[in-house]
Amino acid sequence: MGEPGTKEVLNLADLEASGGIRTGRKHVLSILVENKPGVLARIAGLFARRGFNIDSLAVGPTDDESMSRITLTVDGAAHPIDQVTKQLHKLVHVIKIRDLDPPETVARELALFKISCHEGDSRAQVMQFTDIFRGKTVDVSKRSVTVEVTGGDDKIQAFEEMVRPFGLIEMVRTGEVAVARGRGAT
Amino acid sequence: MRAVDAIMECLKAEGVEHVFGIPGGANLPTYDALYDAGLRHVQCRHEQGAGHAAEGYAKASGRVGVALATSGPGATNLVTAIADAVMDSVPTVFLTGQVRTELIGTDGFQEADISGITMPIVKHSILIQDPRDIPKAIHEAFHIARTGRPGPVLVDVPQDLSRADIPYEPVSNVHLPGYQPTTDGNAKQIRLAAKALANARRPVIYGGGGVVNAGAAKEFRELCVSDPFPVTCTLMGLGAFPADHEQWLGMLGMHGTRAANYAMDEADLIVAIGARFDDRVTGKLSEFAPRAKFIHVDIDPAEISKNVPAHIPIVGDAKNILPKLTAEYRAIDSDGARLEGWVERIRGWREKHPLGYEDSTNSEIKPQYMVQALFEATAGQAIVTSDVGQHQMWAAQYYGFTEPRRWINSGGLGTMGFGLPSALGAKVACPDLDVVCLAGDGSLIMTVQELATCVDEQIPVKVFLMNNGYLGMVRQWQELFWDRRYSSVKMGGSPDWVKLAEAFGAKGMRVTEKGELVGAFKDALAEDGPVLVDVRVTPEENCYPMIPAGQAARDMVG
Repeated sequence: MGEPGTKEVLNLADLEASGGIRTGRKHVLSILVENKPGVLARIAGLFARRGFNIDSLAVGPTDDESMSRITLTVDGAAHPIDQVTKQLHKLVHVIKIRDLDPPETVARELALFKISCHEGDSRAQVMQFTDIFRGKTVDVSKRSVTVEVTGGDDKIQAFEEMVRPFGLIEMVRTGEVAVARGRGAT
Repeated sequence: MRAVDAIMECLKAEGVEHVFGIPGGANLPTYDALYDAGLRHVQCRHEQGAGHAAEGYAKASGRVGVALATSGPGATNLVTAIADAVMDSVPTVFLTGQVRTELIGTDGFQEADISGITMPIVKHSILIQDPRDIPKAIHEAFHIARTGRPGPVLVDVPQDLSRADIPYEPVSNVHLPGYQPTTDGNAKQIRLAAKALANARRPVIYGGGGVVNAGAAKEFRELCVSDPFPVTCTLMGLGAFPADHEQWLGMLGMHGTRAANYAMDEADLIVAIGARFDDRVTGKLSEFAPRAKFIHVDIDPAEISKNVPAHIPIVGDAKNILPKLTAEYRAIDSDGARLEGWVERIRGWREKHPLGYEDSTNSEIKPQYMVQALFEATAGQAIVTSDVGQHQMWAAQYYGFTEPRRWINSGGLGTMGFGLPSALGAKVACPDLDVVCLAGDGSLIMTVQELATCVDEQIPVKVFLMNNGYLGMVRQWQELFWDRRYSSVKMGGSPDWVKLAEAFGAKGMRVTEKGELVGAFKDALAEDGPVLVDVRVTPEENCYPMIPAGQAARDMVG
């Protein structure tokens, strides 16, 4: 790729190819931070600047009230993730970062699906799927039913595919939270 | 105690004696406290100038530089200096006033979200939300600015909170669980590095600004002279190793010497100390030092393997690591004779390609000669600050620095206009040394208002203006790589620098004859007050040698 000072005209396709490289691996980062204003903005800025797209983000308190836990999933961009984790470590309020390896990780998120159900038949089917996915019906109206499903990313996607044909009015997901599996467990 | 008085107590507890800044609405309380705090405040003419002055102060002294500004435009004027400080790892604390808390977020008069604006360019920033946190915040700011990899810390204090009456007790320790820089260096890695160095047949030691920042120039020299290792430094590292030493290769990189760049190209082991393999050093990364293994010593783990994969990384403070590495290396007692062929090969390059230029045969002043004249007039002992461009590269090439903290310039950000304000900061820090600003005409005009600061505050900085009437480096690139289509690089004849200097109350001089140059420089240095010497040099001289953009070291031209 050309230096800023050289005359060479850059080809758009080349530019796009170099920008679109993905390492392929999804990363789940579990970041322990001090509960201070602006921490999230600093972290988000580091990812944005390096072209990472944050797929999901969950922030919540921990057992220690001075700390928060940020769980963040990103698709690997052209930059290696370790450069970002090293930069994250440089943030004064970041205490600890774990790049969780998906097979060794228990990850869960919660999703709410508002599904259009006018007729009795479709409603029954939606309820049936909800049972199969061990979801819960949390709201019902004449025209719709709202279902809560908890699980990993694949389970939530599978449920979405099942109910989409009925008419998915709205879907909200919390973003994954994750912990490493205990040692010696299967 | 008023919070602002507590701030003054904190500054004094941190050993601060000098601060640079400009008052305004939101930091009126701070300036009221400053009135009888017993600190010297240097009243600058533009906040960018105050910021660079704080940087110059820090770079010359190794202490934390402090700049004050008001909210809104005062704070945004600091942005360039903050970005400059983060790129060159300059320990600085920027104390900005903010609008009253009830006005924050309402587009209040002179409101700018300065902590938001500066988020990507600070080492850390603290927006005060509770006045009782102020003393702790100030001490944290200094601690973070000066430890680990140094850098700028911003503390933004809303005006109402700064007037609050708070209980003040001296803060003795700073507790930051997420900030624990590694300083010692892993003993096993150091041993490995010593072994690698003992086995290397074509080693090069490559020092950067980190050596200077760590105050480790002496320790660096000790390692370098353990055997006749070839030594090069980056633009930021100049002075860490004496330029008159026989092992010195000269600066490396885009405008470095052939000997330094060829040595990197053929090296089998590169020992990088406090250097970050910047693109101006490596040229085309894929062809940089293709045969070399890398030992990389740095205080910042994020620098390790960022651009060049390190085979032996050592994270820590160069000041701690270098003596251990030297001791381990000397304990191996390897045969220095293994380096003979390598030293000989490098000597060949030095003899064949010394730094040089075609001097004029008439009275015309070549810019390179101007730097040599400056070296002669100052006996090589001045603190030299520079702006950014050709003159900066010529200064780096021809002013042979023999001591650290004598060469002060903007390397990473490349900030034009850095020279004059940083010189005034350096002079405040080191009143007993000659402080000269080697300026470019394109750069000097950007911050020339600080000449008023020099005059009013009696800071006798000497400005030597290399006046070629061009934005010279841009012109050079347009000439070499853009078919000589000179687009907006001519400076014309404005201003008349001598009259301008006089208008500020400084002494103005002009030199156009080569034979008068050294004498004029000596005269300027002998003056009690600030002086600006307008030196008319060859307008279209190019800075060589150079690695053309995006090419490798062995493709050097000129």
